[in-house]
Amino acid sequence: MSDCVINVIDCRKSFGNLEVLKNINFTVDKGDVVCLIGSSGSGKSTLLRCINRLETIDSGQILVNGQDIYDRKIDLNHYRAKVGMVFQSFNLFSNLNVLENCIIAQRKVLKRSHQEAEAIAMTYLKKVGMEQFSHAPSTQISGGQKQRIAIARALCMNPEILLFDEPTSALDPEMVQDVLDVMKALANEGLTMIVVTHEMSFAKEVANKVIFMDKGVIAEEGEPNEMFTNPHNQRTKEFLKRIIR
Amino acid sequence: MTHYTFTGNLFIDTCLSILITYWPSLLLGVKTVLLIAVSGTVIGMMIGLIIGGLRAIKVEKGTYVYIIKWVYNVLAKCYIEVFRGTPMMVQAVFIYYWLKPTFGWTPIIAGIFVISVNTGAYMAEIVRAGIQSVDVGQTEAARSLGMTSGQTMLNIILPQAIKNAFPAMGNEFIVNLKDSSVLNVISVTELFFQTKSIAGSLYKYEETFFVSAIIYLCLTTITSYILHLIEKRLNNTRTSFPSSSTTEMLVKKASKGVQR
Repeated sequence: MSDCVINVIDCRKSFGNLEVLKNINFTVDKGDVVCLIGSSGSGKSTLLRCINRLETIDSGQILVNGQDIYDRKIDLNHYRAKVGMVFQSFNLFSNLNVLENCIIAQRKVLKRSHQEAEAIAMTYLKKVGMEQFSHAPSTQISGGQKQRIAIARALCMNPEILLFDEPTSALDPEMVQDVLDVMKALANEGLTMIVVTHEMSFAKEVANKVIFMDKGVIAEEGEPNEMFTNPHNQRTKEFLKRIIR
Repeated sequence: MTHYTFTGNLFIDTCLSILITYWPSLLLGVKTVLLIAVSGTVIGMMIGLIIGGLRAIKVEKGTYVYIIKWVYNVLAKCYIEVFRGTPMMVQAVFIYYWLKPTFGWTPIIAGIFVISVNTGAYMAEIVRAGIQSVDVGQTEAARSLGMTSGQTMLNIILPQAIKNAFPAMGNEFIVNLKDSSVLNVISVTELFFQTKSIAGSLYKYEETFFVSAIIYLCLTTITSYILHLIEKRLNNTRTSFPSSSTTEMLVKKASKGVQR
């Protein structure tokens, strides 16, 4: 219990009359790689966005390091700086070049000096193999490269947790592997990650916990091997049958 | 006025004679037009950026800031509606005479004020539309990195919004070049006012206003050409990459290949 980083308790969320999250409970330990799988509309992305407070939950609690993130007293921007997020559509700042993308939040949020921020940015750009593109405009590189830069941008903030919202869904098949390799390396370094994904092979290989969501509830959760070879839930079986051929 | 003969065509010769004789007062008119249009557009743009920028910031419900924001939204909407919904000529006369006892201002200062405030109302809407045209993901990315809504607006959203809104803003400038003419009602010595005086003293309305129309047309044509150049530059600033670093890289790669 001591190294439990995220604790989601009885979370509910509706958009109007549509209940997207119904009574969600799960925990993430330090260093865990948790993959959220399930068909579209099952609430995976919403759950992830609630953890970063891009959406607000209607009831329940989300504890991060034991602290309720919906408490009015917490410094939201400080909290978000510690929880990185990588988006399906990359969302690189299109008015800035690659390096500036990685620097701006370090300067504005962490108040790092320009030299320090640039050095850190270059370290992480190197890590994702994009250092030679540091002065490229962020609008003129391919999707896979954009996503690697988005990961570097999040890493520059030295996050404790990294959230991935379908990071490879908008990529060409060829590019997917580059991004997954970067994510695998991060997982091996012990970064806590929650990944919404349709890449079952990635989930099988890297995750130590897989959560299958269906219609706003967690239908099944468990070890990836157990889950993929011997799913207990009928819906999980159907989903996996359709996705793994 | 001396009548010069150039072409033998009476209309054209009269026009040219007017231009030659009265160019100093026409030039004064052009200078005033430029002064009013440039300062009016620039100040109006600042008003628009502040008002439109603040309007686009979203505040969480249930806080006291939300109430302030609500009051602000109502006031901003009133300002925009009033200045877009009344003729500028009426605004000019009303504001000039109404505030003259307080400020003791000259027509030209009042004129710049009116154009600025009027342009500001349009610019506020242009800026707001520009901000809305920026993908919501940009805001989410900035917020997810811990940037405040103010930092996000200033560093990420506004630069993109201005770029998107630039054609509409440039359009406002061209409109102001022409609309400065309504300020003749508070006797600002801009081009229309000067033309009217010359035409009145010569009793040659067609020729004088034809000259004036040509001058206005030159002003707007040159301006739209300049704006076009700026627009092109704005769209190209981020494309300098392939010509510098990429080519360098490609050249390096190519030379490596040769060595092998």
